[in-house]
Amino acid sequence: MIVGGCGGPLSTLDTAGPASSDVATLWWVMLSGAAMLTLLVLTLLLLAFSPRNRPFKNGGRLWICWLGVAMPSAVLTALLGYALILGEGSIAEPVPGRVTVEATGHQWYWTFRQPGSNSVIATRGVLHIPVGQPVDVRVGSADVIHSFWVPRLGGKMDAIPGQINILRIQADRSGVFEGQCAEFCGLNHATNRFRVVAHDERDWARFQQEGGR
Amino acid sequence: MNALRHHRALTEIWGTPRGWRGTMISVNHSDIGKRFILAAFAFFAIGGVLAMLIRAQLATPDSAFVGPAIYNQLFTMHGSIMMFLFAIPMFEGLALYLLPKMLGSRDMAFPRLSAYGWWCYLFGGTILIAALVLGVAPDGGWFMYTPLSSKIYTPGINADVWLLGITFVEISAMAAAIEICVSILKLRAPGMRLDRMPPFAWYLLITAMMMIVAFPPLILGSILLELERAFDWPFFDPAHGGSPLLWQHLFWLFGHPEVYIIFLPAAGVVSTVLPVMARTQILGYGAIVAALIALAFLSFGLWVHHMFTTGIPHMALGFFSAASALVAVPTALQIFAWIGTLWNGRPELKLPMLYLLGFFLVFVLGGLTGVMLAMVPFDGQAHDSYFVVAHLHYVLVGGFIFPMMAGAYYWLPHFSGRSRVPRLGEAAFWMILVGFNLTFFLMHLTGLLGMPRRIYTYTDDMGWTWLNLLSSVGSFVMAFGFALFALDVGLQIALSRRSRRNPWGAGTLEWAMPIPAPAYNFASQPEVADRDPLSGDPLLALKLARGEGYLAQARHGWRETMAVDSSSGAIDHVVILPGNSRLPIVTAAVTGCFFLSVLMGYYWMALLPVMAVIGLGWRWAWALGSRADVGPMAIGKGQTALVHREAAGGPAWWGSIFLLVADSVLLASLLFGYAFLWVVAPNWPPPQTIDGGLGVAIMTALSGSAAVFLARRSEASGRQGSLGMAGQTAIGAACAHGASAIGLLVIGITALPPPSNHAYAAVAWVLLAYGILHALVALLCAAFVRARIGGGYISARRFREFEITRLFGDYSGMVILIILLCLFMPSIAL
Ligand code: HEM
Ligand SMILES: [Cu+2]
Ligand SMILES: [Cu+2]
Repeated sequence: MIVGGCGGPLSTLDTAGPASSDVATLWWVMLSGAAMLTLLVLTLLLLAFSPRNRPFKNGGRLWICWLGVAMPSAVLTALLGYALILGEGSIAEPVPGRVTVEATGHQWYWTFRQPGSNSVIATRGVLHIPVGQPVDVRVGSADVIHSFWVPRLGGKMDAIPGQINILRIQADRSGVFEGQCAEFCGLNHATNRFRVVAHDERDWARFQQEGGR
Repeated sequence: MNALRHHRALTEIWGTPRGWRGTMISVNHSDIGKRFILAAFAFFAIGGVLAMLIRAQLATPDSAFVGPAIYNQLFTMHGSIMMFLFAIPMFEGLALYLLPKMLGSRDMAFPRLSAYGWWCYLFGGTILIAALVLGVAPDGGWFMYTPLSSKIYTPGINADVWLLGITFVEISAMAAAIEICVSILKLRAPGMRLDRMPPFAWYLLITAMMMIVAFPPLILGSILLELERAFDWPFFDPAHGGSPLLWQHLFWLFGHPEVYIIFLPAAGVVSTVLPVMARTQILGYGAIVAALIALAFLSFGLWVHHMFTTGIPHMALGFFSAASALVAVPTALQIFAWIGTLWNGRPELKLPMLYLLGFFLVFVLGGLTGVMLAMVPFDGQAHDSYFVVAHLHYVLVGGFIFPMMAGAYYWLPHFSGRSRVPRLGEAAFWMILVGFNLTFFLMHLTGLLGMPRRIYTYTDDMGWTWLNLLSSVGSFVMAFGFALFALDVGLQIALSRRSRRNPWGAGTLEWAMPIPAPAYNFASQPEVADRDPLSGDPLLALKLARGEGYLAQARHGWRETMAVDSSSGAIDHVVILPGNSRLPIVTAAVTGCFFLSVLMGYYWMALLPVMAVIGLGWRWAWALGSRADVGPMAIGKGQTALVHREAAGGPAWWGSIFLLVADSVLLASLLFGYAFLWVVAPNWPPPQTIDGGLGVAIMTALSGSAAVFLARRSEASGRQGSLGMAGQTAIGAACAHGASAIGLLVIGITALPPPSNHAYAAVAWVLLAYGILHALVALLCAAFVRARIGGGYISARRFREFEITRLFGDYSGMVILIILLCLFMPSIAL
């Protein structure tokens, strides 16, 4: 879904997978809610300045109990419920057909390892995945903390030395998606980039045979 | 007595000598407060210049203005300066200046401590700025994540500058926090019950209590990281049982409350200024106080929302997400209470009100994006992107700078005694408001389009070019706005006409005095019967100046101020505050020598300033007290009260309590780290654990307990007047504390592996060092009691030294038991 001006190689709003499009929907919902609340507050503020014969006396209950406590509690409960349900969907539960790859952050490049048809395939700077299948990325680090982030496919996951974190991503169409290290990792953090290539079925089979060569 | 002669007599006692000497020795809260504010503004200007350099670099793609090495220093220093050298000191300054005046008191509870804090802040800030000028400034980001900030990846002194410089500055934050708590709880005008305090005092009381709990984890983290960098103690190194996440927990355990610590004082300004602008009283005083207390508690349960992407378990994510959303409720309550206050009154669009409107707009937007970020799936995308940069500036600038500028214009007449130059302030306001929103509103979109924070450049094909250009333009508009503000303030101080007293018609006590304020604040202290004493009695200022309140007499050169029961506000005793002194600046300079020696790597040499600080601390405490009993003395209105040295529960006792609370939070954070590593870090259990030493441990525990017992005996003899006996038992207690210190050291040497062996050993050694340090402090306290008895400072009426000593001695005995349990239990259980 490209909404005018929301495109770009790293755009979280120009989505290409279920995880990122869920979040984009969440964003648009929250944006409209936030706009309404801002409008409410600003209107109430401006009205306080309108000339009135008699100040609006007291109303402690209205301001504090209803607007101050009940209203935000209701809004937040609804929002939290929605976000929790979304979050449940992104848990990396075992599903059939899932592909597992290893991603390792370095100063300042990324390496990837995954099983091929014949042997383990190791790549640098490019991660190959199949279209339409969930991919579990096992994110680790060789030195300092980095973060694996392919905005068009989903949220980020930190690469922390001494531990492995799992991130589920999925591409709904074939193509090349830009990835960026999202945690500050020193001098060349800005250019610590990589690519994810999503292959359709035929290309994927060939990649597994030939290891991307 | 004639008011003018009275003024002269009080100024003689409370005033500061002119010239350099006065500057160095002054401990007056108005002086110190103004200095904090000025210096904080100077640091704001420096941080602002760095921000301009950042925006200049990012204005165009592929910019060659600065490279990554410099850029990393720019944003690290920008963030660190704004948080540690600007925001916190700024409100500390405002609190120091205003609190005594609002509470109807003459000074803060520990004037020399304020001065010491000021010098620590100035020297520590100078170290950081010097590093910036020399090009060796910290460059690991304002939260300094390990292992990037560990020795292998940051071999230079950049990270040490941050750890040591910031810790040095934190001393002043801790000092201010303790002092604010005690001053609010004890040094108020008689009759000012807790529920009659001005809202500002409530906000600062809660803030200061939060600081006492929030800063120790950061201080501990900095000590541990510095130990790792200097001596290879592997707290954060996963290869040796450490964990980089430990640093993140310790940092954010401080870092999240920090945001509220910055916001709450500014919110206190809103609650003070807004009702006056609307000619009414605040709506829902009680509800606001309840909301503040809720906020204080909640804000300590949210830190993990800064770590949503570190791979923590799903359940924890849900919990911290819900808690983070929940914290919006007390905040919303305040917003609507303020709007309701406006509805209740007749608001006028004066300049402070204009800034308050800016505050509402900007802060509400920041709050809303905060709720968005609390949603875990959304945070996965927005975290560490420019969306967060936008959010944090909306919250910090909206929640701190706008209210503080409202406060600046509101209180400037109080500082300067003058009224404002027309129009300039309005122009500055519009430039800041428009510039700010242009800069940061667009950053939300830049972030959603995928621009990560902390990148020094980007290419054109990312689609961020026009957004960044507009942001940069906006930031320069804003910068001109701030420059105009500074100009306006300068003109007001230098040129404008004199203001009348209480120009806004406010009801709080800081306006019940001539402006600019005299050194002693009140010629006599008021009796308070309601929340807005000045509205009830417009002639109050005059009556106080005529000496119709408490402590109207200037006698013996004493700096006298009333202390009250902390909740009822009933008269408790009279505090005689220490006067001007060279000790604060000298002690701060020596403290600075300690930090500089460690920074340069002269670790053994650092012991010298430590010894000197101990000596100075001794003199510091020695300078108080008296060799003669005073007994009940007249305080005016036909009443009498005791002086603080002869009454229980004086400022020193309260200050010690708060210091020990902070101290125990430090220990608790350390124990949290111990447990966290044990449970979570890789490469556990350690190859070697504690081996033997149980016998020594039991003897150590016994001697710690003996010290506690002996201190009580000594106090009992002292109170009964058998001073010789008391002195001897105090010596016995000191020896017992010394024995426990030696015992702990022996356990370390004989039973523990060397600290660089594994994170386990490193933590165990830090625990031992903590115990040894406290045993030595308790030893010094007991020796001090002995010396005071010898010096004739103790009598059947004056025995406060015993009480303080008992606090520190008990604490030491207790922590030694806890530490020994934590060291030996796991190895016995395994
Ligand atoms: C006066 C106008 C200001 C401008 C134009 C500005 C601009 C910026 C920019 C562009 C960044 C992001 C740098 C990067 O990630 O590469 C940043 C970071 C930051 N700013 Fe500001 N800022 C301003 C004021 C403030 C204030 C008043 C505060 C706090 C009270 C503040 C606190 C921070 C912090 C904590 C960071 C994060 C630093 C880091 O990532 O380590 N800023 N600022
Ligand atoms: Cu990076
Ligand atoms: Cu937070």
